[in-house]
Amino acid sequence: MATPAELLRTWLGQQLWLDIQLARIAQGDERTLFLALGQAARRVGRGPLAADCVQAETARTRWNPADWSCDQAARTLLVLALPSADPVRWLATLDRCFHAATVEELVALYQALPLLSHASLLTGRAAEGVRSSMAPVFAAVALDNPFPAEQFGDDALNQMALKCFFVGADSARIIGLDRRWNLDLGRMLAHYARERRIASRPLDPALPPLARACGADCPD
Amino acid sequence: MPDDLLLIDPHVHMSARTTDDYEAMAAAGVVAVIEPAFWLGQPRTQVGTFQDYFASLIGWERFRAAQFGIRHYCTIGLNSKEANNEPLAEQVMELLPLFAAKEGVVAIGEIGYDDLTPAEDRFFRAQLELAKEVGLPVMIHTPHRDKTRGTSRSMDVCLEHGLLPHQVVVDHNNEETVKEVLDRGFWAAFTIYPKTKMGNERMVEVVRKYGPERIIVDSSADWGVSDPLAVPKTAKLMIERGIPTAQVTATCYANAIAAYGQSGQIRESDWLAPAAIDQRQLFSGNSVLRGQQPRIDA
Repeated sequence: MATPAELLRTWLGQQLWLDIQLARIAQGDERTLFLALGQAARRVGRGPLAADCVQAETARTRWNPADWSCDQAARTLLVLALPSADPVRWLATLDRCFHAATVEELVALYQALPLLSHASLLTGRAAEGVRSSMAPVFAAVALDNPFPAEQFGDDALNQMALKCFFVGADSARIIGLDRRWNLDLGRMLAHYARERRIASRPLDPALPPLARACGADCPD
Repeated sequence: MPDDLLLIDPHVHMSARTTDDYEAMAAAGVVAVIEPAFWLGQPRTQVGTFQDYFASLIGWERFRAAQFGIRHYCTIGLNSKEANNEPLAEQVMELLPLFAAKEGVVAIGEIGYDDLTPAEDRFFRAQLELAKEVGLPVMIHTPHRDKTRGTSRSMDVCLEHGLLPHQVVVDHNNEETVKEVLDRGFWAAFTIYPKTKMGNERMVEVVRKYGPERIIVDSSADWGVSDPLAVPKTAKLMIERGIPTAQVTATCYANAIAAYGQSGQIRESDWLAPAAIDQRQLFSGNSVLRGQQPRIDA
């Protein structure tokens, strides 16, 4: 069975530049990783990725790269190539990538979370993405991404779900939330619904059913 | 002024400006800005503050500008003032390759001389080499004091390091420096300051005297007394004073694209026909607007 990295590489077609960078990074060349993350779009283009979502689901449950771009796929491959045998060093290098990232790179890095090793070491990083004021960065963690529902504790997951409504994101795109319904989330959502009503502001019609599913009393 | 005149402010420190400024600039026809890396009014003491500053130039500030329908580009570099703290400057130099190759970085800059010290000279030269290595043009900050000598020397050093005049934008020119800069084939940028140096009226006369070729108008608006509408106001004054529209477009828009377009990182299509992925990632958020609709026409 193909790994996500093998699929991404196949979907990108012939990419000599990328293959050279991946080989260097696999040898532990961090400078190449930092430079290549910035240069990926000018090397492989920014067009839509020809992804096969059936293959993706087989390689990694609930992974959905349907809306990915070619530069995003290349950036994902670049971080996947980084040696991860030493988790402390690996995480330090990954953090440096996040600290020097453009918006496009942040989107790619956060969407790559469910494909990376050492998932338990990445929950703090993912929560940082949820705190972002940049809507596409928040969306990269919260939407179409199986990582939060698989790895977050209730507190972080509930904050993320509530923020979805707060910023007007489509909560139906949170992957796996239905397996994580909890009373505290219901209470937070119901309270937010009351705030909106008191202020005479519109409420996402998806919110009250979700609050009720979590056990809260929340009229439509 | 024609309503459809597109303008670029190719030198403006938006990190120091408010959302009111972004709104006013967009309303006045500014479609793109270039924010050069500079100092913050007082010297930094830690390399980490440089790292976060560069990260904000390629991240948050670019996103913030997009909320107002303005494309944000930047230059990366160690400014001449802070080059004088040599131990810190050495650490900043090690950071630069991390940021210089990012998307939307259109030059190494603003670099050059301030007090014309040996430390400034050392890091100016090192960054000219970096510009050649990463294939980016250079934005030169010319000194406020001893300007004529500093400007000549900046150009001498660029040539000494093998850069070609058309790869270098010399900024903060005045009537004293412009002739030599243009005669030697460099781009000559002018900062329109409200109270000192170049004012709008003097700028009009410079364009009348020298024509539009290789002349670029900018505001350098920052945290000091400055005007983020300097480019639109100067464009308007040029038209009122009878400068042909084509020359206004050249000096307040097209020349900046030609000069910084040598980076491959700024194209007219970025704002005239943005890619679908850009629209999703950079033009769809509303976090800065706090409930307002984004001011986006397309």
